[in-house]
Amino acid sequence: MKKLNFGNLRYYASLLLVIVTILFLSFNSMPSLLSWQSPWLERCFFILLFCFLLCLIRVMIGPTSADRAVSVDTLGILIVGFCAILSIPTGRDWYLDIAIAWALQSFIGALALAKYLEGRGFDE
Amino acid sequence: MNETLGLIFISIGLVFDLIGCFGLLRMPDVYNRLQATTKCVTLGTSSILLGVLFFKGFGPTGIKAILVGVFLLLTAPVAAHALARGAYRSGVKLCEKSVCDDYAKDALS
Repeated sequence: MKKLNFGNLRYYASLLLVIVTILFLSFNSMPSLLSWQSPWLERCFFILLFCFLLCLIRVMIGPTSADRAVSVDTLGILIVGFCAILSIPTGRDWYLDIAIAWALQSFIGALALAKYLEGRGFDE
Repeated sequence: MNETLGLIFISIGLVFDLIGCFGLLRMPDVYNRLQATTKCVTLGTSSILLGVLFFKGFGPTGIKAILVGVFLLLTAPVAAHALARGAYRSGVKLCEKSVCDDYAKDALS
């Protein structure tokens, strides 16, 4: 009896998950409180929320603390794009102010986490 | 300005974001994950901000979007480099398939 190769199985399972998610988000319209200018923009918004979910999975299962630091840094960059997309249907430009502040905060936070991982103090 | 062009840029950016986040899940090592996600997610978010510029035109909102994009392209590689150095010095091992380790040679010499 031939032995099953689970590495390839995991690869095909994740590829299937991506395709099913994109198809589901493309053909279903979700209820939303905002007035979107085009239906494709709303689906883009939900695909970005799915990216957040993947980052949070890596925060949960990361073996070392460096993995968690990397994925929190990635999450900070994604939130900038989230605020930028959110400024289109609402029509308010202070969402981009939030994006500027969040980018600064994420950069300084990543540098502080890197110094903490090296084992040095914050005042050197 | 032109909504179709903006939607095209936002879609390209979302594809890059999705591929980068799957690299964060699939790659075997901290350094591989860092390399996969930082490039993809930075380029994707910059593309999303360019799409917002095409939606809004060259008003205060579009100028702010370009400002955030330039700031992100400048600071994200610096943060990734600092995180990689911190992870190496904290003692995270490379995966088994790694070919060479040049940082160890530089630290010895």
